[in-house]
Amino acid sequence: MEEPPKLFVQGLTKVFRHGQQSVEAIASLDLTVNMGEFVTVIGPSGSGKSTLFNIIAGIEQPTAGVVAIDGNPDAERAGKVGYMLQQPLLLPWRPVEENVMLGLVVRRVPHRHALAQARELLKRFGLAEFAQHYPATLSGGMRQRVALLRTVLFNHSFLLLDEPFGALDALTRLSLQVWLLDLWQSFHSSVLFVTHDVREAILLSDRIYVLSARPARVLRVVDVELPRPRRPEQLALEQAVSLEQELTTLLLKEQKL
Amino acid sequence: MTLTLRRLAGFGPAFVLAVALLAFWEIYVEAGLINPIYLPAPTAIVQALFNNWDVISVNTMQTLLETVIGLVAATVLGLVLAIMLGISLWLRRAVYPLLIISQTIPIIALAPLLLLWMGYDLEPKVLVVALYCFFPIAVACADGLSGADPELIKLMQSMKATRWQILWLVRLPGAMPSFFSGLRIAATYSVTGAIFGEYVGGMQGLGIYMQSVFNSRVIVLLFAAIVVTAVLSLLLFGLVSLIERIALPWYHGAVART
Repeated sequence: MEEPPKLFVQGLTKVFRHGQQSVEAIASLDLTVNMGEFVTVIGPSGSGKSTLFNIIAGIEQPTAGVVAIDGNPDAERAGKVGYMLQQPLLLPWRPVEENVMLGLVVRRVPHRHALAQARELLKRFGLAEFAQHYPATLSGGMRQRVALLRTVLFNHSFLLLDEPFGALDALTRLSLQVWLLDLWQSFHSSVLFVTHDVREAILLSDRIYVLSARPARVLRVVDVELPRPRRPEQLALEQAVSLEQELTTLLLKEQKL
Repeated sequence: MTLTLRRLAGFGPAFVLAVALLAFWEIYVEAGLINPIYLPAPTAIVQALFNNWDVISVNTMQTLLETVIGLVAATVLGLVLAIMLGISLWLRRAVYPLLIISQTIPIIALAPLLLLWMGYDLEPKVLVVALYCFFPIAVACADGLSGADPELIKLMQSMKATRWQILWLVRLPGAMPSFFSGLRIAATYSVTGAIFGEYVGGMQGLGIYMQSVFNSRVIVLLFAAIVVTAVLSLLLFGLVSLIERIALPWYHGAVART
């Protein structure tokens, strides 16, 4: 029997009602993330990407359509994804290691075991020296790394990353992208990633979904054929450059003034 | 070390102003511009305080006992009420109006009643302190609880956290700075509350002492008792601030857990 995809979305529609008015955020959207795949969703601002992620994470319910994780359309989705929002959202009163273990605390893993796992993860990804630090003392890039490790420790099989590097400067961003690829490969995670940045999407993804302006529909699906492991230099290859041109043109048409 | 010195230097202007006012007061009385029986000089007050310390200290201990028990009760009550306001909209709608109305009842009218119901012992004074002090704690803490970042709540929901886990792991720790602001205000009020409870009736305490020295017109001792009251209030304020610094190192700029 064939393995079911990690995430299968079909005909997903979401309508918000505010009194008399109703706003359609997502219109009949189809999307698939196979096991171990890195899939990126790219689209103009305000195109309902965050709503899509909230639905997949089980925080909101769709108006219509199928959302199935591990081929299971009826099961509750909350608790089955590692969701990372745009802000790092670290708890300022918990030192780094206790932030990383937060998901395990929610799952009621005994404190000692949770802490041991958090420490081991921090060590493996080069953050051991900050384990005891409070988040307020870390740089923006560091906070995002800690938040990513917290997400991975809660659930490394399926990561839902909503523009995690949007607020970082270009250099920090590049080093986090490489770091994320390393993380993804060592955990064999399936990833669904949101970004505004075409180059970021090309560097990271196996497949890119281009969404329209609100209500969100799929405009294009592109496979990125660059070899793995990816290096930032590959963005200069002719293949990557022409893909970047193509996607940017497509997005510009959708972006409202 | 330099930090402590700089902090002390911050109190400089207040210190200079206080000394100037006291000096003015002293000179005014010494110059015979007012009868020292009615307004004794600061030096006379300090002297009277030391000479009568044996009696004053016994009354101070009584008042301090009432204050501390009352403040602890107010803290528990304030926290419980804040959590009730914080966990459900339904409870908030039910409890909040009653909480506000409770603050419109004059304690002046209530205190004699409490005395009538509960006798002349410790209980009515403790209750007056608690009624006086729970409100700022409850309101500040409830504000802190509702101030949690909605994105953080979303993150917790995606982890399938229960409402109690969100309260315990995110909202309550996040509300601690607000809680301590409320507690500091309450601590400052609390001594006055205890003295007020004693004024209505009792055997011992600074309130009773103030009344008896006033009735025998030893005004200098009334002032001595006021000084003790002020010092007690300041000490409690300082104690709460100290506890906060120890309990919330992350809020006071600590780099790492020690």
